[in-house]
Amino acid sequence: MSSEAGQQHPLGIYYKIWILLFVLSGFSYAVDYFHVEGGMRWFLVITFMFLKAGFITAIFMHVVWERLALVLTILVPPLALLFLIGFMTVEGNYTEETRYQYRGHDRTLTPLSPADLHGGGHADEGHGAEAAAH
Amino acid sequence: MSETAAIQGSPEGVDGLVEDWASDKQTYNVPWGKAMMWIFLVSDTFIFTCFLTGYLNVRLTTTEPWPLQTEIFALTLFGQSIPLVLIAIMTFILITSSGSMALAVNFGYRKDKQKTFIAMVITALLGLSFVGMQAFEWTKLIVDESIRPWGNPYGAAQFGSVFFMVTGFHGLHVTGGVIYLLIVANKVRKGDYDKKGYEIVEIAGLYWHFVDLVWVFIFAFFYLL
Repeated sequence: MSSEAGQQHPLGIYYKIWILLFVLSGFSYAVDYFHVEGGMRWFLVITFMFLKAGFITAIFMHVVWERLALVLTILVPPLALLFLIGFMTVEGNYTEETRYQYRGHDRTLTPLSPADLHGGGHADEGHGAEAAAH
Repeated sequence: MSETAAIQGSPEGVDGLVEDWASDKQTYNVPWGKAMMWIFLVSDTFIFTCFLTGYLNVRLTTTEPWPLQTEIFALTLFGQSIPLVLIAIMTFILITSSGSMALAVNFGYRKDKQKTFIAMVITALLGLSFVGMQAFEWTKLIVDESIRPWGNPYGAAQFGSVFFMVTGFHGLHVTGGVIYLLIVANKVRKGDYDKKGYEIVEIAGLYWHFVDLVWVFIFAFFYLL
């Protein structure tokens, strides 16, 4: 598919992906708008995020039409970052737990919301659940 | 032109991969500018991921409560507080600009200078409006919500430092991209690429799509989660 003339494809596919990205962004926003919380929120947001990233890279950046030599050069090195993320997650959880157990940090603190500070209407709903989880 | 002939007779897939690397020839069958842009983007991926991993780490390690991001970024419109509305608009603007850039690349390869120029200028203007909204957002956070890189009234102090660093670095990328696009668009209009070929529009497009790609991750991790 790749040729010396560069990446040339029918316009239709760009319009389709464009609409798809709009829809996926709409879904991500809906997750927040309808207050989906907890594990389901993480699952949905990250799924939509990777779908969007995949379509942008594959179609808009033409990776799907490149030769394998270039595709692997682009996609393989960032896999090392998965190790970094994994190690930092383990390390981060360990540090936090150490601070609770040995430095006497308070586990029950909850964040303030702008409404608390500006004296706005709705009180902090949902914070209790977060405090209980700790 | 001998490269092209070699590629045309070359197999696709894994056999093609072996042949591309093992034969005594240039490995990538793309213009050098494009290969180098890809290498730059891969290294930029590392930079942004290191920032985001730093964010992950401070958010995990701090025992101060993390500020409620969706409430801080809410905007009051028509007397009603709507969560994340500005961020949603910014997201849609950036996707729209990515789409118009994809069209510009396509028009470029058709050697339609007029349409390429217009699509690129639209892309740059959308990028500029994105930066404008980000400036507005920062102003609101700093002035109204008293969020500083070294502290804020809502919770963990680290929130301000990672937020301003990562979105600021992304905003710099957008600003640089706008300038880059306008320079290339002007050269397209003047016909500089008639002889050289329009790959340069695709290369500029790669950079622009990458900026959109990074925003996808920032949108998820800073605003939604």
